[in-house]
Amino acid sequence: MSLLRAGAVPGWVRRTGEGLLALLAFVVLWELVKLVVPDGGVVVGGVSLLPRTSDQTMPHVWSVLARLGRPETSATGSVSLAGALVTASWFTLRISLAGWLVGVLAGLGLAVVMQRWRIAEDALAPWVVLSQTVPLIALAPLVVGWGGKIHLGAFAWDRWMSVALIASYLAFFPVAVGALRGLQSPTAAQVDLFRSLAASGTRTLWRLRMPAAVPYLVPALRLGAATAVVGAIVAEVSTGTQGGIGRLIISYAQSATGDPAKPWAAIAAAAVLGLVAAGVVGLVGLGLRRFRVGEVA
Amino acid sequence: MRPTRRTSVVAGALAVAATLALAGCTGSSGSSSSSSASGSAGLTPVKLQLQWVTQAQFAGYYAALQEGYYKDEGLDVQIVEGGVDIVPQTQLADGAVDYAIAWVPKALASREQGAGITDVAQVFARSGTLQVAFKDKNITKAADLAGKKVGNWGYGNEFELFAGMTKAGLDPATDVTLVQQQFDMNALLSGDIDAAQAMTYNEYAQVLEATNPATGKLYTAADFTTINWNDEGTAMLQDAIWANTSKLKDAAYQDQTVKFIKASLKGWIYARDNPEKARDIVVAAGSKLGNSHQLWQTNEINKLIWPSTDGIGKIDAKAWDQTVTVALTAKNDQGATVITKKPDADAYTNDYVTKALDELTSEGVDVTGSSYKPIDVTLQPGGN
Repeated sequence: MSLLRAGAVPGWVRRTGEGLLALLAFVVLWELVKLVVPDGGVVVGGVSLLPRTSDQTMPHVWSVLARLGRPETSATGSVSLAGALVTASWFTLRISLAGWLVGVLAGLGLAVVMQRWRIAEDALAPWVVLSQTVPLIALAPLVVGWGGKIHLGAFAWDRWMSVALIASYLAFFPVAVGALRGLQSPTAAQVDLFRSLAASGTRTLWRLRMPAAVPYLVPALRLGAATAVVGAIVAEVSTGTQGGIGRLIISYAQSATGDPAKPWAAIAAAAVLGLVAAGVVGLVGLGLRRFRVGEVA
Repeated sequence: MRPTRRTSVVAGALAVAATLALAGCTGSSGSSSSSSASGSAGLTPVKLQLQWVTQAQFAGYYAALQEGYYKDEGLDVQIVEGGVDIVPQTQLADGAVDYAIAWVPKALASREQGAGITDVAQVFARSGTLQVAFKDKNITKAADLAGKKVGNWGYGNEFELFAGMTKAGLDPATDVTLVQQQFDMNALLSGDIDAAQAMTYNEYAQVLEATNPATGKLYTAADFTTINWNDEGTAMLQDAIWANTSKLKDAAYQDQTVKFIKASLKGWIYARDNPEKARDIVVAAGSKLGNSHQLWQTNEINKLIWPSTDGIGKIDAKAWDQTVTVALTAKNDQGATVITKKPDADAYTNDYVTKALDELTSEGVDVTGSSYKPIDVTLQPGGN
């Protein structure tokens, strides 16, 4: 899998290098498609097989990069497009992390309950799967609707909390599934050993199952971070929450005709944001390095 | 469990993430265009739900907020932006907001499904929907659409078009090729669509902000022809202020409705007399569209309102009836009509807007704009 031989260079250099190569490959592919496929796309018998590649539909990578340096709008004092995207990404990243935290707590809690009681697993597992089949766009307006009515004393439900809640709804799933598999991973012999030493259920959980779950959990946490970002962006688009990258994607989409590089820049920023979120969560994995033997992706 | 060095690293990382997430988010909550409920003593909090994100289509409300017209009426108005999946009528009927802006046909459809809402002020007197085509396609009226690739947005935005084609003797199912249209105009410019749906104040401007590859300059209005549904007689009423029908039985809400309408109309009058300033207010409220596009939009919206013979916001029975007739009879490509039976008497009322107009007139405000003249707006590339 690795392009460079492991051991020759430090792991993080290798991984960064591979990441950059993948990015470069994408850029090359994009430009290659633009070069090879005619502007009007490929249409066979009235069916469009390949999309249009004109500068209007697929702007050059360098046009998008150049657009980043120019002001977002012509309003006086407008920041550069890059600045606007960074501000919006930061906003969405914070909401995603809040949603991710809630999702992780919920996912872990569910996994522990499902591992402990077989009947809970039988009862909850179908619902966990079912939860992910409900389309997010159907859910988002409902959550916003309920949220608008919550006022507990000084606490008023804000729009961003609905977005975070929707993000957590996506994030909890990989965590619940990953954690459950991890908690169930100790062999019968290991469990019997704990039992023979009269370890309590809680002690078995902390000392055996939790450490054993780490190799399963870390990739699940990273996946959860990426889905939390997706959830936050979709929820922003869906509810029109101001300030985040999702809102910029729909706002900039209106410029697609006259300023095609602008919406593409927002889409690229959203992709980068997902990588950053997964990277930030990867830091948690660093702290758990001791337990990460034979990690399962 | 005794904390070890490892677990404290993890806990630390989680704590950092939590602090980042929470500390950051609370700071951003004030970024909506709310004038903040607390601290404005004596004002009644009112929420207004828009159909879409901040843009000059809603300039009047933002102007009323910014110029303090709502505050003058004792209202603390919070403008709630719309999103892709936010249905203003539902938000209003559910009680999440106090007033909502919605197109009449869409609101009538929601009413038929049980949403208790009433049109209390018809801000836009005319429809802003066009069908735009390149000049060489020779499409100037609905009948010319025969045999052409006709774009439409669907989702209830298509009924004027279908009514227009039907009225011109075309069968939308067989006489034209219907194309589902995106919200940009690339399909028209690249020839995938012969006649594309466009709002005068948005998508039509988008094509005029795009570069014509043949000349290297922007397209001009002379490159296109448009079908205007107001001329074809199938136009439907669009942006109106809707109130909650059951709450209208309450005297305090009635009173508040008059005040809200009065201040909102004053905001629209401000936008009529100060289009540039109104544009600046909208841009300051967070619109991401360029300056020239927003000014174009302000100007086009003004044309949909002014001049207003009966006074801005008055619901014209004739235009209302035309909207209802089209809503009852025009079938889209799925054979559906907007509504299946005539709306009841609660669907609209002029009671509140009349009171608001009387108050404005007695204050010497010009509510008809009989001498209104649109300004000339030069669009810049990309709307910037």
